[in-house]
Amino acid sequence: MKKTVSLTLALTLSAGLLAGCSGGSDPAGSGSSEKRVVNVCSWGEYIDESLIDEFEHETGIEVNYQTVPSNEELYSMLKTGGANYDVVVPSDYMISQLIEEGMLAELDYDNIPNFSLIDDRFKNLSYDPENKYTVPYTWGTLGIIYNSAMVEEPITSWDAMFDPQYADQVLMINNSRDALGIALMDLNYSVNTDSEEELRAAYDLLAQAKEAGVYQAFVMDEVFDKMETGEAAISAYYAGDYLTMLETNPDLKYVVPEEGSNWFVDAMCVLKDAENKDEAEEWINFLCSTDASLKNMDYIWYASPNKEALEQYPEYYEETYGEELDPELYEIMAPPQEVLKNCEAYLVRPAATRTLYNDLWTDLGILA
Amino acid sequence: MKKNKLALFSAPYVLWMAVFVVIPILMIVVYAFSSAGGGFTLENFARIGDYMVVFTRSFKLAFIATAICLLLGYPVSCFLAREGPRFQRVAMMLIMLPMWMNFLLRTYAWMSLLENTGLLNRFFEAIGLFDLINGIFGTNLEYFKMINTQGAVVLGMVYNFLPFMILPIYSVIVKLDHRLIEAARDLGADSATVFRRVTLPLSLPGVLSGITMVFVPAVSTFAISQLLGGGKQLLLGNLIEMQFKGTAYNPQLGSAVALVMMLVVVVCMTVMNRFGEGEEQAVML
Repeated sequence: MKKTVSLTLALTLSAGLLAGCSGGSDPAGSGSSEKRVVNVCSWGEYIDESLIDEFEHETGIEVNYQTVPSNEELYSMLKTGGANYDVVVPSDYMISQLIEEGMLAELDYDNIPNFSLIDDRFKNLSYDPENKYTVPYTWGTLGIIYNSAMVEEPITSWDAMFDPQYADQVLMINNSRDALGIALMDLNYSVNTDSEEELRAAYDLLAQAKEAGVYQAFVMDEVFDKMETGEAAISAYYAGDYLTMLETNPDLKYVVPEEGSNWFVDAMCVLKDAENKDEAEEWINFLCSTDASLKNMDYIWYASPNKEALEQYPEYYEETYGEELDPELYEIMAPPQEVLKNCEAYLVRPAATRTLYNDLWTDLGILA
Repeated sequence: MKKNKLALFSAPYVLWMAVFVVIPILMIVVYAFSSAGGGFTLENFARIGDYMVVFTRSFKLAFIATAICLLLGYPVSCFLAREGPRFQRVAMMLIMLPMWMNFLLRTYAWMSLLENTGLLNRFFEAIGLFDLINGIFGTNLEYFKMINTQGAVVLGMVYNFLPFMILPIYSVIVKLDHRLIEAARDLGADSATVFRRVTLPLSLPGVLSGITMVFVPAVSTFAISQLLGGGKQLLLGNLIEMQFKGTAYNPQLGSAVALVMMLVVVVCMTVMNRFGEGEEQAVML
């Protein structure tokens, strides 16, 4: 008797699960005989997911949306052939590496009419000088996020990331490009240097700080939790993520240090061996539209390269939330040209430099 | 004829092993001995000397964690095996219960327990522990530093892998023939001698598989050292992960490190098993 009851229970439960699955995966508008799909790979928390439903509803194309934590991981996935994505959204320096290695398809911009809405500032950038492969998705800066209740005076310089005064209070980014980049910027070197001497100087700066116990931890997305709860006082991360943290902890401040910083563009690209190129271009076009950009920007707090959307955003914010958007926050999200002038984008480095980065990074990890 | 039929039934698993165990290992071997261009090279192994610190650190932490698991797990298994079946069922359930939840989530939970502003430190503060200590020693203590230390990494390993020590030891001890112990008693052995000469040697197979099941995942973990060690203490798992997901993308070096790690583990395990077999025979003689 007991067994029958538990068996029935188990069956009902699993039936419920199955029903849930099938209900969810049935695309709303699959009218055509052959189901059209597009496989997208992006970062986590990097889209307003209601846009996916909206797109599926409008076009009947099913979106398989997946995420990956970093450019390097994306690259290794593409390289090992473990994934068959159509659209990927890497950052600038990774895009140029992918172009260099012939892994991206040239886009047919006739299928992406909304490309015309993109601000000219974000076209023909160094990673894609003739703009044949990419459509920008978001842009922003790297900067210092700090807890104003935990430091005595406002932070203005990258020096804070290496200052023993803040021992055990600092979170360093756990990837070699950003961490060594921060040290390079503090030393007033270019983030795109290939000079071994300069890179070694940057390494020494990091190593000394690590040995002096400045770093509480090396983190990526754990930074959200640790900054929001006041576990750490200082960290370096991206502007959009700062705005997300600010919603939980109003003591947090963001600054683009006086030495300048890195500014980045993440752009949508189609892979060379994509099976659904038409659907991919349709998806890209959809995300470029002003409506989608506004919605997205409001959700992820990263600035859109769509000129109209960027200009209309403060108004959109006021309409949606019934209060004015703090101009200071808007400036952090979409820094004005005079801030950007002081910032440098990462460019892809030759293999020898990349190996040096990796070796220095490993050495830093070995340090006790 | 009958044997052939049985072999047929095992075919799916043999195929599974071949595709998902043997072929990947062969690929690691091939990668480890090739250069980025594809030719044969031993250079990957030559570089491993630079990472000696990481090897010793990983093996040291895994060794400590395994020893703690054994010290905690063995008495618990003995105790459990002697209790009534109902108690055993409940206890087993409690031991397994954490494993129903994802390993990463549990480790994240430890992160928020151990942090300087975490639950434990807030609890200590609430009960006035820090005031008490500061009052007695004149210190200025605000929290115990627990997170981002090697201790936290070991704790994470012990917490996550302890069931893998308890289960095999328990399942050996619970099946132990009680008449042997009675016989030993009848022949005049006191409890210490019974344990040393009968229970312990007979439970050794369980101990050995427990050690293997704890040590191997502990030595290769990368999530625990990232989350609880703050990414400051590179372990072998992190070193390998970096080669596959890092800036330089060097699967050849990563494979070489993985291969050397596997070899060291296999050697350790073989030596240990030899030692185990010897014990068993000595007892039987």
